[in-house]
Amino acid sequence: MTDYPADSILVLLETSPAGELASSAAGLLGAASLIGTPVALAVTSPGRGESQALAEQAAAAGAERVLVVETDSAQTQLTVPQVDALAAAAAAVAPDAVLISNSIEGRDVAGRFAARTSAPIAVDAIGVSRDDEGVVARHSVYGGAYNLESAATFGPLVVTVRQGAIESRAEARPVALETLELQPSGAAAATIESVEALEEASSRPELRGATKVVSGGRGLGSAEKFALVEELADALGAAVGASRAAVDAGYIPANHQVGQTGVSVSPQLYVALGISGAIQHKAGMQTAKNIIAVNKDPDAPIFEVADFGVVGDVFTVVPQLISALAERKR
Amino acid sequence: MLADEERTQGPMKIIVLVKEVPDTYGERKLDLETGLADRAASESVLDEISERALEVALAHAGSADGVEVVIMSMAPETAATTIRKGLAMGAASAVHVADPGLAGADLGLTARTLAAAIRRTGFDLVIAGNLSTDGSGGVLAAMLAELLEVANATALSSVEITAESVSGTRTTDDGAMRVSAPLPAVISITEALPDARLPNFKGIMAAKKKPFETLTAADLGIEPQDLAVASSIMTAIAEKPPRAAGVKITDEGDGGTKIAEFLIENRLA
Ligand SMILES: Cc1cc2nc3c(=O)[nH]c(=O)nc-3n(C[C@H](O)[C@H](O)[C@H](O)COP(=O)(O)OP(=O)(O)OC[C@H]3O[C@@H](n4cnc5c(N)ncnc54)[C@H](O)[C@@H]3O)c2cc1C
Ligand SMILES: Nc1ncnc2c1ncn2[C@@H]1O[C@H](COP(=O)(O)O)[C@@H](O)[C@H]1O
Repeated sequence: MTDYPADSILVLLETSPAGELASSAAGLLGAASLIGTPVALAVTSPGRGESQALAEQAAAAGAERVLVVETDSAQTQLTVPQVDALAAAAAAVAPDAVLISNSIEGRDVAGRFAARTSAPIAVDAIGVSRDDEGVVARHSVYGGAYNLESAATFGPLVVTVRQGAIESRAEARPVALETLELQPSGAAAATIESVEALEEASSRPELRGATKVVSGGRGLGSAEKFALVEELADALGAAVGASRAAVDAGYIPANHQVGQTGVSVSPQLYVALGISGAIQHKAGMQTAKNIIAVNKDPDAPIFEVADFGVVGDVFTVVPQLISALAERKR
Repeated sequence: MLADEERTQGPMKIIVLVKEVPDTYGERKLDLETGLADRAASESVLDEISERALEVALAHAGSADGVEVVIMSMAPETAATTIRKGLAMGAASAVHVADPGLAGADLGLTARTLAAAIRRTGFDLVIAGNLSTDGSGGVLAAMLAELLEVANATALSSVEITAESVSGTRTTDDGAMRVSAPLPAVISITEALPDARLPNFKGIMAAKKKPFETLTAADLGIEPQDLAVASSIMTAIAEKPPRAAGVKITDEGDGGTKIAEFLIENRLA
């Protein structure tokens, strides 16, 4: 088992509850291909016949080799089964870096794995590169106000990669599937008692990595009226975001929150409707290429970062915008 | 696996990990020489998520007998005043790991140091915030669970604590998950949990008499500059120029049309 490329980059693939490759995989493999040879690891349930399909999807997204660990424990135990699988894969592959999605699950796996193997960890990377001394991770911190780079003093670097931040994609490769035996570590783990899949209008793009985002704030006034945000998002083919105040008021679930403690987005277009532009909100969106804001308060701080701001009422401005866009389509 | 005898005898001990951060309401700066937070540039506060984590512990202590809440932080000496706020809110004691050698510690060193301090203090449950507003690492809880050889349950948006276990709801991108773990355990909580109580005058007075332990790395058997341990280092830092504002118009009945024109002009629609 030592025939892996010397510049192997181990990528932990995420799978959806249905056993399909998660959308984060393409970016992770794309990132890996920039710094070495992508070797992917997927953890699946046994007996569902998913391994082959996963390996094909991963190879199409650029994995040179696909390791699969089949275990039931990942459905019932939090974090530890993936860490055990990753530890086994890392021991076999001896990678230069380990790339993991900066999702809630991914961060836990990365944290435990790094602690277990005493590997340095770089979190929330927006890019990776390689120089003479090894793998370098790029970060955007303090709401995009600073760019940093970090690297390991020696040994493999564990990197969690911000979802949607990597645009490069790896070339498809032939399928090379290997199954890996899991040696359970016996580390204490929390029990997963139940999982309730999120109900989403799935035709809309995902917020993370979206090229267009339309967000609404407290100015929308109610969950019913927040539909206006969704309507404009659909007219533009955009993802839906929100301020924390809108989330707190129950207009929309928390996973749509943009900002300091929500999702960080860098889309081509960001439309802020009825959002004041508190510093913690701007921290998650001010790296957008184009920002449009509608707010009835001319002094709202959101206008300080808007390329095009309209001082006005969202309930008159936005319906007009939607019909102007529909007009154009015809 | 952690043997049962490592659990504290007597009252249940909850350690809440708190962090001092630059106030997000102000301008935050990094020192371009060292890459560290420029503490003089902005007001320092207890991170809001730390306060919510403390609230979870205090709420449980208020509803069950024999629960002791300890706040713990690894931070420069100057953070002591901020940490004391947690005592004023109601924590029984504080442990402050302050050591100049730990300035700029990477996540690995931070986790090793905090794990040593947690073991020294003894614990049944450790509560952290899911993400801090400055580091935004969000991996510390899992690292600590591994080092302390206990279960992790992170990103909880609701928490139930009993004498034997902790459980809660975890909302991830895929959906809502119910998880539970026997104690001892490490959890992290999200900002969906209630805002923290404010310290009152009585609490502020009482805080002055509460135990406040200050520890160095050496007290914990930690060698901060151990070059034999791989660490993560910052290799470059650059400041991005602030974004400039563009056009601002007042809606005169054609605001929506104007936006549509802007979108079309810039090929965004
Ligand atoms: C530690 C910390 C972390 C935080 N993290 C985040 C985060 O991740 N994301 C986030 O968003 N916030 C975050 N916040 C909260 C942040 O400080 C603000 O409270 C929040 O962003 C305000 O949301 P808002 O703009 O929707 O609400 P408000 O500030 O109440 O603004 C509503 C705006 O709507 C306008 N308005 C009202 N009616 C209309 C109308 N009919 N037409 C047009 N405009 C109208 C008003 O003029 C106002 O400007 C955080 C705060 C802290 C302390
Ligand atoms: N230096 C520290 N001292 C104590 N707790 C910390 C420290 N750093 C992080 N934490 C805890 O870990 C959580 C997540 O922080 P972070 O990893 O910075 O996102 C915080 O909310 C704290 O509970």
